[in-house]
Parts: sequence; structure tokens; C-alpha cells
Amino acid sequence: MAKSQSEGLHLNDVSMTFSLPDGGSVEALKNVSLDLKEGELMAVLGPSGCGKTTLLNIVAGFLAPTGGTVMLNGHEVLGPHSERGMVFQQGALFEWMTVRKNVGFGPSMKGTPQAQIDKRVDELLDIVGLHEFGEKAVYELSGGMQQRVALARCLANDPDVILMDEPLGALDALTREKMQGLVLKLWKETGKTIVLITHSVEEALLLGERLLVMAPRPGRIHKEYGLPFADLSVGADLREIKKHKKFGPTRDEILSMIWEMEEEIMGRKE
Amino acid sequence: MLILAIYIAIFVLAYFVYKLVAKRFEKKDGFTSRKTVTFGDETTVTANRAASIISVLSIFLIWGAFTGSKYTPIHVPGPFIGETSFNYTAVNVTGNSDDAKVHIIVHPVNKAPDLPEIDPSGDSGFARDDRITVGAWRTQLFRAQNNDVSGKGEGYKIVAIDGQPIEPGKRVFIDGGSVRMTAKGSLSYEPSKGWQMEPIWLPAPEAVVSRLIEISRDGYQNVTLMENLGWSLYRVILGFVLGGIVGIPLGYAMGLNDWFRGWFDPIVEFMRPVPPLALIPLVIIWFGIWEQGKISLLFLASLWIMTIAARAGVSGVNITKVHAAYSLGASKFQLLSKVIMPNSLPEIFTGARVAMGVCWGTVVAAELVAAEKGAGKMIIAASKFQQTDIVIMGIILIGIIGYGIDILMRIAEKHLIPWKGRS
Repeated sequence: MAKSQSEGLHLNDVSMTFSLPDGGSVEALKNVSLDLKEGELMAVLGPSGCGKTTLLNIVAGFLAPTGGTVMLNGHEVLGPHSERGMVFQQGALFEWMTVRKNVGFGPSMKGTPQAQIDKRVDELLDIVGLHEFGEKAVYELSGGMQQRVALARCLANDPDVILMDEPLGALDALTREKMQGLVLKLWKETGKTIVLITHSVEEALLLGERLLVMAPRPGRIHKEYGLPFADLSVGADLREIKKHKKFGPTRDEILSMIWEMEEEIMGRKE
Repeated sequence: MLILAIYIAIFVLAYFVYKLVAKRFEKKDGFTSRKTVTFGDETTVTANRAASIISVLSIFLIWGAFTGSKYTPIHVPGPFIGETSFNYTAVNVTGNSDDAKVHIIVHPVNKAPDLPEIDPSGDSGFARDDRITVGAWRTQLFRAQNNDVSGKGEGYKIVAIDGQPIEPGKRVFIDGGSVRMTAKGSLSYEPSKGWQMEPIWLPAPEAVVSRLIEISRDGYQNVTLMENLGWSLYRVILGFVLGGIVGIPLGYAMGLNDWFRGWFDPIVEFMRPVPPLALIPLVIIWFGIWEQGKISLLFLASLWIMTIAARAGVSGVNITKVHAAYSLGASKFQLLSKVIMPNSLPEIFTGARVAMGVCWGTVVAAELVAAEKGAGKMIIAASKFQQTDIVIMGIILIGIIGYGIDILMRIAEKHLIPWKGRS
């Protein structure tokens, strides 16, 4: 039991309250507690303003919570670190570097020998299907390819946890479907702990081994699901998974849940 | 006004002629040619190269036409040059009248000929023939009565020119000019000026070209042309580089640190709108009129521009790039050198182009005020001797160099920061 407490990612009563210039205050997160075992993939859903991104930024170490702690493998998270890799929606690649340089950025920051970096980059480019594009500039790639580079760059550091902030949000539907398959493949092959924030309920259902629905004002955990689809999806046709008998009802349940929250927010605003 | 009207006429005419010709020869099958909405769609507007060429040519054409250049086939009427004459009728105290002829030679400026010979035979009566020479665009005052018999006496006066009556203050037109009588009864001959410009106002293109050849060979006032231009360029580059060396780190510091930003914000924002030319008097008082003063001025001219560009470059960095770099294990120094610096290059290059333009303009102005060598010094010295051709040559060279600098900067930009505007 002691071991399971120290290993993995643990959020203990994390709260985030800050005051506004007009004198009011916002409770972006209130008493969020969460335990992720190593290798778990958790999808986070919720209406806008529920604190998903705040939560991710706290885990990443970009924000310090006003209450509670984030523990990773037994030590407290106090700032950004290469043990926690990030994949952003877009705009996070370095345009002045080639694809190879982008992917090798993390190891080169640590002073890894160039030969090792090259080997690692070659492996990763193969995995994400971009081995012919190593010398290209990132702005020459399509949106989907750029996100492949972002995934490879994150993996190059071999992080303990990967935090994804709507990584597929800017892609078209077809590319998105392909990339969902890739994320699942990478998750299974690397066994990384992944926190995935998304707006798409279907994506959350397909990719999330666990699914967290958050509610706004104050930002809190509303409901958690354990889902079978992610395990079924690995290597499978995602469209077949969507025909699973539990898929439709779960999706509808979550959709109406989020819909209600959104309506409540609108009502309060008026 | 006339020149403006001609210029507009060429603009319109060339447009219609080009459209007629282009329709014949140009085959349009690109995607853009199928666009029906072109007015307001900036992507369909590219500079028409034919228009650019005609534009430059027409400026030279007008220049040549109004200066009587041998390069241009068309000229506006020039000033009258050649021989002419008029007859005047004088009345003396006795009431008799007599005619006499005035021979005139109108010669190009600075090429005065000998006075024309007069054949005294057949010149009877009290009024005697006269002879004068006058330069083109000039006027010549003379007293026709001086050589007449009792021409200085009471009651003598000239009453007509070529049969047309004249009196003080009146003007009579003759071949190749006009004759006016002054209040005191003298005659003033003014050859017709035509529409061409006098070389002292605007020399012909060939005069400028021959000056260019002469000065690039012999120099001007013991300073070669290359030295003059080289000194100006040297000052610009030195001032610009010094401004960048101080300005870019300052801009980074202002973009990264609140104390630096608070401290230097008022200074930068105050100095930015002060034109560098307004600093010339102070710089001269502080640093004198020699190199130190000019370099300081150019340093100040580029400093604020480069500071603001670097600050904007830091502010423009996308926060996700910063977050990504930290998550990948970058230290603060690595973030600065691997992310913030390259990310700010496009802004810095834009600033550098502006700063180079400002510096080039400022150095010429500073040299106009005081310098031993330099492009500005050359043209201000020439203007003091009314060597308009050198002034114009200098202005053209200054323009070409300024344009050249900008083109070089743009080429460098294309090669060094190909990702500009594509993130």
C-alpha cells in the first residue's frame, strides 16, 4: 500500500482560488483529489470554465495551487520539469528548427551526446511515421504531421507523465481519427501515464481508460467513469468500437450531463 | 503645374496603351485570372513591372524634355538663342524722328561672344544703330540713346519699337523676346525663356552623368566619390551596430524583467518620438562636429528602434512555446538562447530595416551640418557653388544606396529567417 501511495500521480485536495481586479474572487478548482497509477490514461471532459486547463497547468507545474499538493512518484510538483511532458493543441513547435531538432530538443537540453540523440530521434520519427521528414522545417508540415512531431518531441525525453491539452483539437475529423489511433498505440507501447484534456466526448470515450467529468463554479470533479473502450481500441478500427453496445448510451449520458452544466452557466450569466 | 499635368497624362495614356498591348500578347491562364473579385482582394494586386519601368522612364523623359537633354527625343521649347534685332523710332527736340536698329546676339550662359560688327554705312540720321549681347534666360538693360546724336539731350525720346508705340513701363514683343522701357527711358531686352529649365535650377541628365564620371574619376574637392560614400556608409554601419549591441540586450531585458521595463519604459517612450535630427544641435555641443558626434547621433537613432524591436520580439513569443521548452527540461538560459532569441529574430529584423533607413537619412543630414567627408557634405558643398548637377547626382546616389541597403536586408531576412510569418 505504501508503494502504491508513492508511485504514480496523486492530487491531494488541490484548490485554486484567485482574486479578480474588481474585488471578486474565482474558485477555479476546489478540493480536487485524484490518483493515477503508472500507465493509466485519464481523459478529462467538462464544459468551458470548469478548470480543466487550470488543473493541467498545476500538474505541469506552470501554476502553483492555493491549496493541496500534487505528488509524482513520491515527490511534490513545484515547477515544470522534463519528467512531465506536455503536448499542446498547436503553436508549441519551434519554427526555427527542423523536425529532427524539434524532436531532439529535450535530450539536447540535458546535454545528451549527439549520437544518442540522433538514434533516439530516428526511432521516434519511425514510430510517428515521419522518418522522411526529419530535415523539413516544421512550418512545411500539415497540422496532423506537426502534432506527430509534438508527440515525438514529448516522448524523446522519456517523461513519467504526459499531459495533453486538447492535442487533436485543431485537426480535421479524418486526421483526428488517425491521430487517436496513434495516441492509443503510443500509450500501449510506452506504458506512459497520460492525462488528456479534450472537448470531444467521443475522443474521451475512445482514449480514456478512466474518464473524468468536471463541473464548473467551483471547478470540481463531477463524476468518474472506468471505461473498457481504450483497451479494446488499441490497434482496432475505432469506428467498430463506436458500435459497442455501451458506447452510445455512455456518450449520451455524458453529453446531456455537460449540456446541463452549460445551460446552468448560461442561466447564471443572464 | 504643367509638369504635373504631363505626368498624369503619361500615367493615364501608358495605362491604356499597356492594356491594349497586354490584351494582345498576354495569355492569362493562372488561378488568379479566374478570380472575379479583384478590387479589394489584395492577393490579386502585384506590382505591374511594366508600370514600374514606364514610371521610371517617364520621369527621365520629363526631366530630359524640360532640360533639353540629348537623351530624349522630345523637348519642350527651349530659350531663344541666336541673333535678332529690332528697330526703334526716336524723336528729338526738334520734332524730327529717325529709326535705328539694335543688333542682338543671345548666347548660351557662360559663353559670351564678341559684340557683333555694325556696318555704319547706310545709317543716316541722328539715331545710330546699336549692338548688345545677352545670355539666355537673362535680361539686358541698355540706353539706345547713348550713341545717338544729342540722345542725352532734352526732348529726346524713343517712341516706338518695330513700329509699335512704347512708353515707360510698357513692353513690346519682338522676334525672340520682348523689350520693356523702364521708368527712366532705358530699354530692357529679355529673350524669350521657353519652357526649359535653366541648368542652375535643373541640369540635363547628361550633365549629371558626365559629373558622375568626372567625380568618380577625379573626386570632388580632393575627396574621391568612393571616400565620400564610404564614409557615410561607415558611419551608418558603425552607429547602427553600436545601437544594436546596446539596444537588443536592453530590449530583451525590458521584455523579461519588470524592473528593467519600468525603469527604461519612460526613457524609451520619450526618446522614440524625438527625431534624431532634433538631437544634432545637442550632439554637436556635447561631442563636437567630428566623428564622435556623428556616430553618437546614429547610435541614438538606431538604439531606440532596436530596443523596441527586441522588446516586441520577446513579448511576441507564444506562451505555449515557453511552457513547452520548460517541460522539455530547458533552463532559463537555454530558454533565452534557444527559444526567445530565435523567436524574436523576425521582429528584430524588421526593426533593423527601419533603423538602417533612419540612420542613412540621419547621416546625410548630419553631414549637411558639418563634415569633412561624406555624401551629405559633398552635396552641401556643391550647393554653395550652385553646382546643381553634383547636388542631383548626390541625391540620386544617396537614394540608390538607401534602396540597396533595404534590398540587401530583405535578402538576408529571407535566408536567415525563412519561417517569418509562417508560424
